[in-house]
Amino acid sequence: MRLLEYQAKELFKEYNINIPDSISSTDIEKGRKDAKKIGYPFVIKAQVPVGGRGKAGGIQKCHNEDEFELNYPQVLNMSIKGEKTRAILLEKMSEYEKEIYLSLFLNRSKRCYTIIASAEGGVEIESVKNQIIREVGLGEVSKKIAMEVAKEIGFDGATSTHFVDILQKLSKLTIEKEAELTEINPLVVLKDGSLLALDGKIMTDDNSNFRHDELLKYREQTELEAKAEKSGFSLVELEGNIAVVGNGAGLVMSTFDMLSDNGGKPACFLDVGGGATEESVYEALTLISKMKKVKAILVNLYGGIVKTTIVASAFIKAYDNNLIDLPVYARLMGAEADKSKIMLKDTKTKMFDSVEQAINGVVMEVTKTG
Amino acid sequence: MLKGDKNKDGTYEKQPVIVQGITGKFGSVHTKLMLEYGTNIVAGVTPGKGGQKFEGVPIYETVKESVSATGAKISIVFVPAKFFLDAAKEAFEAGIKLLVAIPEHVPVRDAMQAIEIAKQNDAIMVGPNTPGIIIPNLIKIGIMPASPFAEGNIAVLSKSGTLLYEISNSLTTSGFGQIFTLGIGGDPINGTRMIDAFDMIKDESELDGIVIVGEIGGEAEETLAQHIIDLEFKKPIVAYIAGRKAPREKRMGHAGAIIMGNYGSAESKIAMFSKANIPVAKRPTEVPILLAGKIRKK
Repeated sequence: MRLLEYQAKELFKEYNINIPDSISSTDIEKGRKDAKKIGYPFVIKAQVPVGGRGKAGGIQKCHNEDEFELNYPQVLNMSIKGEKTRAILLEKMSEYEKEIYLSLFLNRSKRCYTIIASAEGGVEIESVKNQIIREVGLGEVSKKIAMEVAKEIGFDGATSTHFVDILQKLSKLTIEKEAELTEINPLVVLKDGSLLALDGKIMTDDNSNFRHDELLKYREQTELEAKAEKSGFSLVELEGNIAVVGNGAGLVMSTFDMLSDNGGKPACFLDVGGGATEESVYEALTLISKMKKVKAILVNLYGGIVKTTIVASAFIKAYDNNLIDLPVYARLMGAEADKSKIMLKDTKTKMFDSVEQAINGVVMEVTKTG
Repeated sequence: MLKGDKNKDGTYEKQPVIVQGITGKFGSVHTKLMLEYGTNIVAGVTPGKGGQKFEGVPIYETVKESVSATGAKISIVFVPAKFFLDAAKEAFEAGIKLLVAIPEHVPVRDAMQAIEIAKQNDAIMVGPNTPGIIIPNLIKIGIMPASPFAEGNIAVLSKSGTLLYEISNSLTTSGFGQIFTLGIGGDPINGTRMIDAFDMIKDESELDGIVIVGEIGGEAEETLAQHIIDLEFKKPIVAYIAGRKAPREKRMGHAGAIIMGNYGSAESKIAMFSKANIPVAKRPTEVPILLAGKIRKK
């Protein structure tokens, strides 16, 4: 999962990585109390799971109450790259000398963790110049390596010692929480030479959730996404009106791309898993029936081992039980496709031989009904 | 390693394969299907069921026993993700040299550790979260349906399982059979990476072309494209990338299918393929068309 800034900072705090005084809130009443505790001037920061919020106006300075009253609701109600603000972090303004970049990152090609550091931080990683890169196996950072990185950044004396300490703590956090990315950007050097983590980003491995109960409170899942997970599906909810269902992540992504290429707007990405059974398809339809925005369903199943007639039965059952009343445009590849077509003849499910035809059909349908 | 010695009649000796988790829900179904395909499954492993048989295949308590009894060097593993690391360790320590790792949802740290153990034992792992490997008409070590595949001279290397079936089917119906197809898996960490899979097949003399089926996340496609440029590899290659329209910072079904910043974006992969002179299909059904074009030009 991708942690929000304030959640990442909670973990930093747990590992004794210095962070500025800050408090998170989701309403202005609480925000006003936080403002009194922190004291002016401070910044309010939109808590969103995407980068680039500074440029989008998601970080605002407040020198007094008037600015706070103006900025708080504005930032709380904004969306950045389609992501609504989840919370507001109110944070003491820090005076610093220098911004650096530091992260531990799972390098998938090299299959090892990598330290990335730079003396020129404060910008997104893609723009970070003069990157210092060290491969560190499963994430363990020795004192020697940490000292080398500190030296390359140009740190000496107390700052160097402090940096080595932070990098080793970040390594411990990465290993213990099974993170794919832990990033401090910027890590700032204060006047007294000490370091402070001004912003943080952490991405953990969802497949290790089962052994990290302590992280589950950070999990952001809609009710439907949680239900989907229970059924062994993966669901990503989106803004459009056509539900996209298929078996296998690659196939669903591919269907999703082709639908978007043809002007369709996906309401969700729903992968029922590599196999497809009558139960799993029925379960998928149950989930979709709860999404009010859905106008039509696009199904792309590569049957392979499964007979398409089994899938067709799931649609018929869903109509019979009044579970759905939506038009379904389906491409079912696999055995007994002709028989399935006959079974579905008098229903709102239309079967197609190719996914391209099904997509044309569903886009037409949604355009017609508006 | 997958092709045994050549017999006098031109066919290949069938390599022995063991199945870890042979009596499980998934393992049992796929053992039957692999046997039907003609894979030489010589033993199964299920603790507590040693001495019994499944579909005529003897079951052993441990991988070590099954290996000493059969001499198998290849294993396919079906166990819940939580137990995967133990199963992989047991296999490599027992002398398995090729492990096909089917389980989905294996933690990244466990996969990395399994790869380390494989390296120490001079072994290879394919997966986790792989559909497996198939050499049509010879051997199937995986969970793929048999119907999309036919014998031929095209290699298909894919991150996704269902897209591997979809695209192989599309190739087969267009007259392009396959010499070798392998799913590297949809996880962030793969025992056999795209570049490793490519190296497994690139020198095969009968190879006429390669299809790379990628998806968003990581940089396996970029690394492979650079590798192809460096090698000045001349045989026709066509690619497909799923997830062009996927939102950023969201995991799209596969643990590995996520764009972080620009890392893992489809644009980056497509740009790199274009640099390597590899056309990228917009739809799965466009793959054989592009491939035919590439082969004709040659």
